Amino acid sequence: MRSRPPLDPATAALIRAARAPQRGSFSRRSLLAGGGLGAFAALAGCAPPEPPAGGVAQLDLPEDVSEQEKIVRWANWTAYLDYDEDSKSYPTLDAFEEKTGIKATYSEDVDDNDSYFNKVAPQLRAGQDIGRDIVTFTDWMANRIIQQQLAQPLDMVQMGNVAQNMLPSLKAVPFDPGRQFSVTWQSGFAGIGYNKKKVGRELKTLEDLWAEDLRGRITVLSEFRDTLGVIMLEQGVDINGDITTEQFQGAVDEVDRRISDGYIRRVKGNSYLEDLKSGNAIAGIVWSGDLFVLRAETEDDSWEFVIPESGGTMWSDNLMVPMTSTHKDNAETLIDYYYDPKVAAEVAAWVNYICPVEGAQKAMEKIDPDLAESPFIFPTEDYLSDNNIQFFAALEPEQDAEFSETWQRVVGN
Amino acid sequence: MSVVAEPAEELTPQREPDPPRSKRRFNTTAFLLLLPGVLWLIVFFVVPIVQLFTVSLQSKYPGFPGYYYRDVNVGNYVTALAEFWPHFVRSLLYGGLATFFAFALAYPLAYAMAFKAGRWRNVMLICVIAPFFTSFILRTIAWRQILADDGFVASALRTLHLLPGDRITETWIAVVAGLTYNFLPFMVLPIYASLERADPKVIEAGGDLYGNGFTTFRTVTLPMSLPGVLAGTLLTFIPASGDFVNASLLGSDRSTKMVGNVIESQFFKVPGGFPVAASLSFTLMAVILVLVTLYVRRFGSEELV
Repeated sequence: MRSRPPLDPATAALIRAARAPQRGSFSRRSLLAGGGLGAFAALAGCAPPEPPAGGVAQLDLPEDVSEQEKIVRWANWTAYLDYDEDSKSYPTLDAFEEKTGIKATYSEDVDDNDSYFNKVAPQLRAGQDIGRDIVTFTDWMANRIIQQQLAQPLDMVQMGNVAQNMLPSLKAVPFDPGRQFSVTWQSGFAGIGYNKKKVGRELKTLEDLWAEDLRGRITVLSEFRDTLGVIMLEQGVDINGDITTEQFQGAVDEVDRRISDGYIRRVKGNSYLEDLKSGNAIAGIVWSGDLFVLRAETEDDSWEFVIPESGGTMWSDNLMVPMTSTHKDNAETLIDYYYDPKVAAEVAAWVNYICPVEGAQKAMEKIDPDLAESPFIFPTEDYLSDNNIQFFAALEPEQDAEFSETWQRVVGN
Repeated sequence: MSVVAEPAEELTPQREPDPPRSKRRFNTTAFLLLLPGVLWLIVFFVVPIVQLFTVSLQSKYPGFPGYYYRDVNVGNYVTALAEFWPHFVRSLLYGGLATFFAFALAYPLAYAMAFKAGRWRNVMLICVIAPFFTSFILRTIAWRQILADDGFVASALRTLHLLPGDRITETWIAVVAGLTYNFLPFMVLPIYASLERADPKVIEAGGDLYGNGFTTFRTVTLPMSLPGVLAGTLLTFIPASGDFVNASLLGSDRSTKMVGNVIESQFFKVPGGFPVAASLSFTLMAVILVLVTLYVRRFGSEELV
C-alpha cells in the first residue's frame, strides 16, 4: 500500500542545485543564498512521521578480523571483575591473555544502562565502531538492543562452556528468546545496603531507611527498575505483572517526597560506591555484590546487604557483542572462558554476585566453603521465594519511555 | 560642501588607475590566507551549529525511542524554557558568582605576580598553571572526596558549628566553589598578562603627581588592566555557566542542577531527548551571547588583550 513518498524538499533543492548549469564559479553570496534556501527548505520539510523501517537500523555484519588482530575490548560496570589491589590487575583476565594470546582491554565504562546506551547507540546506528567488542547490559536494555538490531548474533557452537554450563533457568529468558544475542555475566539483587557500625543498628525494612539520623546520608540507584521496584514491592505492587501508571506514580511520589525532605542525598548509577566510601552516604538502595566488594576495599566488615522484608528485585547483566565489533570471535572466546566453572567461581568469590555457571558452586568449595553457601552467589529457589525476590516486568517501548521520563523529572533531570 | 568636495576631486584622479589591480591582488592573497580559517570554521563551527539547530526542531517518532523526524517543532524551545527556566537562572547565577569570586581571588594574585613576586614570579606562574596537567574531572572528583562528610574540612567546620546543613557537598556553595576553583587560571592569566605589560613608569608618574597608593591604583593601574579583566571575566563566565561537571559531582540532584546537567540528562538519559537537549543548548548559547554582547558594549575597549 505504501507508495514511494515524494522527495523531501531539501533533497529536491539539492538535486536541483546539482543539476543546474554551473555559471562561472561560485560566488560567496550565491553559496550563502543557496545554503539559506536549503536550510529553509529543510525546515519547511516536515514530512509526516514515517516509522524508520520497523524501528531498526539495518546494518550488515562487519567482517571479523579476530584472526589478524588478537584483541578484545570489554565495557563493564564498576566492581564487576576480580581485581588484585597489589598487582593492580585482573587475575582471571591475565590468565585469559596467557591462555589464548588475545590481548584484553577492560574498562569500567558503564555507570548506568541508559547513559551508556545513549552514548553508544548513535554511533552503532551509524555503523561506527564504538571501540568495544563486548558490552554489558541489564536484561531489559539487552532486549531493547536486540529489538533495535544493534547486537551481533552469537555462535553457541563456538562456546562449548556456555552451552554446557549455563544454568538451565537462564537458557530460556523472555528478553532474548533462544539466547541468540546475549550471555549472562552475573545476576544480582537490589536491596538495602548500609554500614552497620556507622548506622549503629540493623536496617530491615525500607521504613528503617527514612530515619532522622539517616537524613541526607542515603543514596538510591538511578536505575528506576531497582529503586522503584523495591519501593513498589513495599507498597504491595506486583512488579512482575502489568504495572499501571498509577502504581508507578505511587512509587515515584515516595522518592519525590524523600528527596524533598532531604532523606535521599543522591540518586546515582554505579558511582554511588564512591559516596559510601567517602562517608557521604552510609545507607541506601544498592546492588548486592557491591557491598561485599566494599568490605574488601575498605577493609571494613560492617558493610551489610539485606533484602528488605517486603522483598527485593532481581536482575541479570548480559554480555553482548555490539553490531559494529570486528572481533566477535575473540569476544566469544572470552565469554566462553568465563563459563569455565573454575574461572566463574574465582570471579564470584570476588564480585559476590549470582553466578550463572553450573558447577561453579563445586569449584567454589575449594576457594571458600562459606561462599559456596552464600545465598547472594548461589541462591536456592526457596531463598528467592521466601524473600519475595522478583523480576521487574518487561515494559513496552512506549511505557518504558513514559516511565523513564517521569523518573528523570523526579531525580532532577 | 565645496570645501569637502575639493580635496576628494583632487585625490580621485591619482587613485583611479590603481584600484583594479591592487584590489584583485589583495583579494586573492587574503582569500588564500583566510581559506584554512574559513574551512575550519565551516567544518567545526557552522556545520555543527546548523546540525544542532535542525535537531532542536525535530520531533520524536511516537513509539520509537531514539528516532526522530525532521520538523519545525518549536515546542522543544517552549519545553526548554517553561520547564527548565530555573536551571537557566541557576546557570547564570552560579556562573556570575564564580566569575565574581574568581576575580576577587585572581586580581590580588595577578597583581602580586606582576609587581611584587620578583624571582618567585615563575614559580607562582607554574603554580597557577600546574593543575592543568591533571584532568579537570579528576580534580573535581578529588574535591568531592576532600569536601566529603567524613573529610577533614567538613569535620572541622562541623566542630566549629559553621556547617548549618551538616555537609558541604550537594550544596550550591560546593558548586560555586568548584566552578571558581576550576576556572580561576582563566581569570589570573589574562589579568597578569595585562598588568605585566603595564609600563611601571606610568604608575610611578601617578606617585609623582601626588596620587597616593590607592588613587594611583584606581586611576592608573586598574584602567590599564581592564582589557585583561574583561578577557578574564569572559573566559570564566562563559564556560562556567555552561559547565555541568561541577554541578553533577559536587551538587545535588534537584536544587543545584544547571542547564548543562539538563542537556546531559536529556541527551543521555531521557529516551528521545535529543531535540530538547539541542534547543536547551541553543537557548543557552543565545542567552550567553546577548549577555556577553551587552557586557562588552558597556565595559569593552578596543583592545582585547
